[in-house]
Parts: sequence; C-alpha cells; structure tokens
Amino acid sequence: MGTSFGRGGATTFPGDLVNSDVIVIEGSNMAECHPVAFRWVMRARERGATVIHVDPRFTRTSAVANLHVPIRAGSDIVFLGGIIRYIIEHERYFKEYVVNYTNASAIINDAFKDTEDLDGLFSGWDKKKGKYETHTWMYQGVDPEPAAGDRESDVARKGEATQRKPIQAEHTDATLQDPRCVFQILKKHYSRYTPEMVEEACGIPQSLFIRVAETLCRNSGRERTGAFVYAVGWTQHTVGVQYIRSAAIIQLLLGNMGRPGGGIMALRGHASIQGSTDIPTLYNLLPGYLPMPKAKHDKDLKTYLRLNTSPSGWWGEFPKYLVSLLKAWYGDAAREDNDWCYDYLPTLTGDHSHMNTVVDMADGVVKGYFVMGENPTVGSMHGALQRKGLRQLEWLVVRDFQLIETAEFWRSAPEIERGEVKTSDISTEVFFFPAAAHTEKDGSFTNTQRMLQWHKKAIEPKGDSRSELDFIFKLGQRLKELYASEYDQRRNWPIRDMTWNYPVEGPLEEPSAEAVLHEINGFTVLDRKPVEGFTSLKDDGSTACGCWIYSGSYRDGINMTARRKPCWEQEHVAPEWAWVWPHNRRILYNRASADLEGKPWSERKKLVWWDEQKKEWTGADEPDFIKKRPPSYRPSKEARGKETLSGLDPFIMQADGKGWLFVPTGLQDGPLPVHYEPQESVIKNPLYGQQCNPERMEWMRTDNPYHQPFDDPRFPYLLTTYRLTEHHTAGGMSRWLSWLSELQPEMFCEVSPELAEERGLKNGEWATIRTLRGEIEARVLVTKRLRPLRVKGKRIHQIGLPYHWSTKGLIRGDAANDLISFVGDPNVSIQESKAFTGNIEAGRKSKSRRYVTTGPVVRKLRSRERERDLPGARRKPETKHGYKAAEAKEGNV
Amino acid sequence: MTPSPGNLPSTYSSNRGIYRLMPEKDGSGLPGWPVLRQLKNGDLLGLNGVTAGSERTESLAARTKTADRVVGSVCPYCAVGCGQLIYVKDERIIDIEGDPASPVSNGCLCPKGAATFQLVTGAHRVSHVLYRRPYGMEWEKIPLERAMDMVAARVKKTRDESWGDKDQDGNPLRRTMAIAHLGGATLDNEENYLIKKLFTNLGIVQVENQARI
Repeated sequence: MGTSFGRGGATTFPGDLVNSDVIVIEGSNMAECHPVAFRWVMRARERGATVIHVDPRFTRTSAVANLHVPIRAGSDIVFLGGIIRYIIEHERYFKEYVVNYTNASAIINDAFKDTEDLDGLFSGWDKKKGKYETHTWMYQGVDPEPAAGDRESDVARKGEATQRKPIQAEHTDATLQDPRCVFQILKKHYSRYTPEMVEEACGIPQSLFIRVAETLCRNSGRERTGAFVYAVGWTQHTVGVQYIRSAAIIQLLLGNMGRPGGGIMALRGHASIQGSTDIPTLYNLLPGYLPMPKAKHDKDLKTYLRLNTSPSGWWGEFPKYLVSLLKAWYGDAAREDNDWCYDYLPTLTGDHSHMNTVVDMADGVVKGYFVMGENPTVGSMHGALQRKGLRQLEWLVVRDFQLIETAEFWRSAPEIERGEVKTSDISTEVFFFPAAAHTEKDGSFTNTQRMLQWHKKAIEPKGDSRSELDFIFKLGQRLKELYASEYDQRRNWPIRDMTWNYPVEGPLEEPSAEAVLHEINGFTVLDRKPVEGFTSLKDDGSTACGCWIYSGSYRDGINMTARRKPCWEQEHVAPEWAWVWPHNRRILYNRASADLEGKPWSERKKLVWWDEQKKEWTGADEPDFIKKRPPSYRPSKEARGKETLSGLDPFIMQADGKGWLFVPTGLQDGPLPVHYEPQESVIKNPLYGQQCNPERMEWMRTDNPYHQPFDDPRFPYLLTTYRLTEHHTAGGMSRWLSWLSELQPEMFCEVSPELAEERGLKNGEWATIRTLRGEIEARVLVTKRLRPLRVKGKRIHQIGLPYHWSTKGLIRGDAANDLISFVGDPNVSIQESKAFTGNIEAGRKSKSRRYVTTGPVVRKLRSRERERDLPGARRKPETKHGYKAAEAKEGNV
Repeated sequence: MTPSPGNLPSTYSSNRGIYRLMPEKDGSGLPGWPVLRQLKNGDLLGLNGVTAGSERTESLAARTKTADRVVGSVCPYCAVGCGQLIYVKDERIIDIEGDPASPVSNGCLCPKGAATFQLVTGAHRVSHVLYRRPYGMEWEKIPLERAMDMVAARVKKTRDESWGDKDQDGNPLRRTMAIAHLGGATLDNEENYLIKKLFTNLGIVQVENQARI
C-alpha cells in the first residue's frame, strides 16, 4: 500500500464499508476473525451491496456472502490480474480519475523490459548480485522517490545521488496511447491473464470469474464504489506485497480510492499492530516511517538527508521530522553544530529482520533476546528452528501473562518430550517477568484503521506484574547508572544523552504514559508546549517530536486519543472519537472523492470538496490535502517539496502526487505484480518460465529444507493455515482461558470428503501431517467446505490448518507452524505460511518422529531437484548462513 | 412461554433450583398466580417484563450498577479496536463489557473480547518473577528488583563484548548484533516508543514484532 498510495496503512475504516456497493473479501475470513467489524459488511449487504468472498475454504464469511469463489491458495495474483485485464480490455476504467489521479500517463524509461519479454523477469536482473538494478523501471528522464519506508534503497544501489529533479510534466501522454506509457505497459503486461488462464491457474470457472469482474465494474464510477478487504491471507506469501499491489491497481483503475465505500481495508490481528509499525518495533525504521541509516551510504547527516529528502511531494518535509525526532531523543545535547547527534544512531548493513535474527541465534551470533507479548515458538514459522535458536542463547527475557511455550522451551517442547533434546543440556538463562494487562496501565493502541485509542488504567497491577513501559523505563535508568562511569567512551554517549526524565506516578512509581505521548506528539523546545500537528515542526531544532505522523494526538495538551464522544452524538465518520493519524483524517487520499474542479463526483458519494467561498477544502472528513490549495493550482518549474503538488494530486505522499499503477521505485521484486508460484507448489508456473519470485528470501540450510518447487511426490497436497474466532494467534491470550478453550478445544485439520477417501481419513479420528520441517498430529474434520479444484487439468487437494495450539495451556495440541519453512517476501521479510506443500496420512504416526533440527524426518529425494529460477536468474547462497536477504525493507503492507 | 433456564434471567434459578412460580400477592385480593396477573395486565404472552416479575425482581440489579467506577478501555485482542467499559469495585475488576458509545463497535464484543474479564482476572496469570538458571530443571522465584539488576547487567556485558564500531570498509556501525528484541503488536504505542528509543540508543538494531509474522 505504501508504494501504491504513499502510506502503509488501511486507507479507510470498517464502518465506511457500509457505503460500499460491492465488497470483495479476499485473504481474510472476516466473519470469524474480525466479527465486530464484519457487522458493517452485513449492513452494507442489507442496503443492497454485493459481498464477494474469495477463499480456498467455504467459511462463515462465505456463508453470508452473495458469492463464494473457491481459489487455489497462492494463485491470487492471477485472479486479480484477470480482473485488471478485464477492466482494461472492456474499457471499464474510470477514465477521468485514471488520467488525472494516477500515473497511467507517465512515460517509462526506454530500457524497461517487461516480464512479457523476459519470461517472468523484468529488465535489470543482476545475475551476480541475485537482485534487480531498478533504474530501468524509472520514469523517462526523472528520478522519483518511493514514498514509504525504503526510499533510500534505490539511491543506495546507485551509490551517490545524482542531481535530484522533480517529475516533469512533458513526460506524460494524457491520451494513454504512447506504447511506453504506464497504461499501455499495464495493458500488455496483463494481456495473458485471461479468463482461461484464471481457470487454469486458480481453479475458478470462467463464468464465475467473469461474474466477479463484471460486478466490480458495474459498481464503480461516479455514482458507485467498491472496497477490498484483506488480512494475512494476502501478506504471508513470497509475493505478499504484490498481492496488495494488485488490489491497489484495480482500485485505482476503477476510481475507488479516497472515496466513501471505496479503498482497501487491511484487517490486522493484534490490538496495536498498526501502531507497532508507525512507532516501529521494526529494525529498518525510525518512528514515522523514517528509514534507519545504512552503514554504507548514510555516512553523515547531510548525506542521509540528501538521500531521503524528496525534491517533490510531501517527503520534501523530511528534515523537519528527522531533526525533531533527534531533538526529542537527545534534548539539549542535540545541536546544529553536532548534527543533532545524528551519529548516535546505529546503522544497518542488510536485512536484520526476525528470520535472520533467529538464524543468527541458531548460529550463536545473537546472545541475548527480549520477547515481550509474543510467542514465537508457536506463532512464528518453523517452531523447531525457533527453539533451536533459543537453546543457543546465553540469556532470554520473556514478558507475558503466564508461562507461554517460548518461556518454557527448555522443558516443554516436542523435541524434549521425545527425548531428542535434554533440559539439562540447555545452557540458556531465562527470566520470566509477569506483564500488566491493558486494564492495569495507561496507554494507546493503534487499531486497524490507524485510530489511536487510549485505555485508562482501571486498577494497579498485582504482585510483580508491571507494564512494558515501566520495565523499559527502569531498565533504561539502570543502564544509565551502570554506564555512568564510562561516559568517556564515545559509544556510550547515546546512553548518556538520551532524554529519560519521565515523571513517575502512583504507588509503583510508574512512568507517566501521557508524558510519553506528549513527547510523541511533539512540543516547542523553549516552553515544552505541545505542537498543533506535523505542519508546526521545524528543522532548526526549535521543535521536538517523537513520531511526526502522531503529531496532533496531544494538541493543546489534550489527550485526543482518549476522546470518547458517543457515536450517537456524531456523524457517521465520528471525528471526535479518539484520534486517527495523520491529522485525524479518517479516509486517506480523500481529495480524490472530488472531481477535477473539486466538486464531489456525485451527490451519493460526496465526502470532501473545495469550498469556493471560503477558498478551502471541507467536508465530512478532515481533508487529506493541503487545506488552502485550490484545484486549479499548478506548480511552477522551480517549485520544490510540497509546492510541487498540484490541485489535482490526491496522493500527497508520492513524489508526483499520483496513485501508482506502476511503481518505478520502492519495490525489490518488480514495478508490477507478477504471478509466481509459492516456494512449494503443486504445479509448474502456468504463466512464465520463472517459477518463483526471483527476489524471494531463502535460507539454504540443512535445518531449513525445502520441498521440490512442484510435483514433489512426497508432498502432493497444498496446505494453508488460518485462525478461529475463539482463539488468538499463538494462543497466549486464549489457550489459558477456560471460556475460550471450552469453545474450541482441539487442534484439527480440514479435508474434503474426496481427500478423506483418497487417504483413508475418518472424521473425528487422527491424522498425521508431514513436511520436511516436522510432523504434527491433528483430529480430522471431513467437510465439504473444502473441495478439490481443477488446476492445469489436475485435481488439487487443499488442507486447512488452524495454528493456535502447542504444548502448554488448558488445551494442548500440535503447532501447525512447525510445518513451515523460512522463506520470505523480499520487500517486507514476511514468511510464506498461507501456501506450502505437505502430506497427510491417517492415524497417529509421529511417535518416532524427529524434527529437522535434531535429525531428518523424511529421507532425501533421490532424483534431481527441479529449478525455481530461470537459468539467468539462478543464484548461489550469499552469506555464511546461506541465506539470501534483500537489502532494505518497508515496514508494513 | 414455558419457563426454562434458557429464557429466564439467571437470578431466577437461585431458589434451590426451583423457579419461583408463585409470586406474592399484589394487594388486589387475588392470588398472585402468573396467569391471573397476565390477564389483569393484558399481557397474554407474558413478555412485557412486568407481569412475570416479583418483589425479588425489583430488588435485583446488575452487579455493574454497584461499581465504584467505570473506566473506558479498548479490547486487547485483534486490531478492530472495540470499545470496552471496565467496572471496578473495591479496587477489583468486577466486569468488562462492550462500550455502546464506540462508533467502532457500538457495544459489541466477539467471543474473545467477551472473555477479556477472564483474561485479566483469571488464575492463570503468574504474579512472580521467575528465573531458570543455566542447565536448570525448574523455575526459581527471585525478587523483581534483583531480576531487573541481573537483566541490566547482562545487557551491559553482552553489549560491551559484542560492540561493532566500524565495518571492514570503515563505515560506521555503532551497534551490537548480539542482542535482539521481539514483540510490540500487543503493546501500547508509548511502550513501543520507549523500547525503540532505549534499544536504538544501546545500539540494538534487531528490534522486531508481529508485523512480519
């Protein structure tokens, strides 16, 4: 989403789905996983909207949808690509919107070659490095900046930045006829994503596919809008980012972005997962999507700012946000003459994301590990490798409500129960700290619609239970003391100068969460008065701000996130309930809800418009635009930064203000989505010679074996994982509760009656499911909710696995994630857990099983491995771990 | 309508398991039989909520009514962010319900959200710091303050031993690759902010959370 529109967040809110005329839910089982938000879908349906559910399984979401479209897991890009082709071929796109609000008319570099020309690769593949040189994907003659997260990556590849130029208007063709323009490239790129191909690759009958495409087209335009809803069914793939990109292209072509009932709704599974990317507990970002410095390129502040400040678009404001952050972190120590302490920041030398960390752990590089509110041995991919990593640590700190599997890996794990590993051999020192619940601390969560909601402390935590805020604050105080005598060493200066004087309150002397929010919001340095919002921030050291996109959440010293004005006293958008980033804008890019003159496209779909009297943007939502900039404004050639945004540029975070159908920079694996098969698939890629994403992250290690890319006789079935209503992710917040455990007591696997017959599986009895990583046992649920699909003339069986169980808690069962390998998307390092292969047999056959970390589970295949890559794209393992890791990442998708 | 445990408020079944079908007289001189009261009140179906009541009904109130205070909160499970109301009496949580004022949820909670009360008050919660020494077979209880000191000491030792100042080409690193962090999507923004701030300034770059999982 970041690369298409400019920000990595859901563009709308669930309540606005009620305004949709068609809702496509794909990669999500919304009715079961986000039931309360699903009410809005049901209400939309009552109002006449069509609800379409695309999913391998028939779920409760499907049961109340108008249309259920069963699909082969891992083939969504073909399906979505088919819709894109349908829209273009039948000229169903919203022409005025496409020409003016997207980059459809931009002319692309002459040297660009599409996957059509190169059998599944784009131009620029560097065989030696095993990755793309992306300069041929650029606009003709310009150097646009990608908006989200890794704006540095492209520049980094080219070395020194050249003279930056804003995008020039002469390199466009408003007729969309130039063969080098984005629209024509798009048309050609998708030409083979025909209904026949959709049927062949996804197993979706052509008539059903056409019904979906036609319904979408019919419900778009001036009077009507449609929305897409997704969850981790889209993100957890080696091409996850490109799934979402595909939906973005559809929504831009149909003119559904920034409008009521339109947009793309990302449904996230943790209370503050959006918040933890905005204020990132992620390696590659600083708060507010500012990139972490790279060792090789960002040598000093000047260089870092030059490489990251966009000459056009809103990211021209970059220095204000960075300097304000450094002022917030280092206070008076940050001065202009010492570059605001920029050189206190550690630097990156590659991908340091979760999977690499675990591999480094297993190899003894990582010695100490903090785990707070997460249970990676159950919730993360390849549990056995996760536990192997923990066994090599010197010390581990776990903070949770109770002793989760990650805290007890040394005495409660499959390999321990079977005697493969002995507790007395594990040297890791483990600290368990009981955590305070949300009822026992003040603080804000950022929900799936970018809304910061405050929860007030109701009671004091019991015993040793403490909030993470308290833990980190007091750990920081102790470290400041420990290092106090060593401040002569430069490396300790950041600890010395880090501002850490939060007021404490209550009987436990906990730091004040409001004081932290005050710092996040930002203030003027002189009087510590909260700033109004990010437009008040300066790059001269006069303001401090911990996270610029959250600026305004504490304006006038009022905790805006704690606002709870009842919904019955407000309009539908409810702007006075809590606070949404940025600037309380509820629907992003909402300038696009108005036409070129600034009038709503239609009365039915009006949201934000230009008020000719007041000379400003106004409407039901806070305008996501420069408030006083008229639709008629055109930038001069000399304009820089946000002054380059014309009155027709709704996507203000993009360098050119347009929605990107084609992403010239910012993605590792291609400017357009391409269908690649999962790392482990049941068929050969029907579209290209290149089987898998050439930029996927792989770990070639004996403790992380892969199956054959397709047609592996040992692993003929397609596996996918999912969640249940009554459980929460890795179970830390549900498997210990009797109320929830009783409702959903046992691990099971869903199989079709046909597969049950083929493998002799009986409903309610046991089955053993196997991959090269491990084996698990589960009760069999034979159900027509899963049905075999015909793909490439072959009958394909899919097996569904919930992943909540493990060895601890009131209810126990095997963990589905033990089956999954380490393999990931190159853009965001997310693993592929929604499509992989495996085998199933009746009975409990895993008594003598062994995990791959302690010995092979299945004998090696004798025959030659098939290839995942074209001869030109094959690569050798790069590092000592044998993994292939992309360079820079964006935080969220 | 036949009274059954299913369609009666639960408080009705408290009288030794027998439903109170013989309400007290209402002062009209007629026996207090429900059927007569139904006729008198013109409530043939017995559904208006008054006829079937008794003095005891009048005296009953939801326990939330007696709460000392009600605290506005947010559901801690998924990212929909449903509003919650926490009812507190004598510094104990006595109930958690959906907040009808929330435009996100209008008072609804799903099965997980409705189980929040058990999540935060249940006996499963550990209230002591626990320590497992190297090669140890069991947990040991240790004081919180001591555990904090021990962790701080481990951080310092590991950091000092693994510090990387420059890479082989002389580029600045200013970091340790021997300490890592995981978690954040279940935490508050303010907590994530302090985690990122402290760890970055210690030179810890491997800070990650569920966003990639």
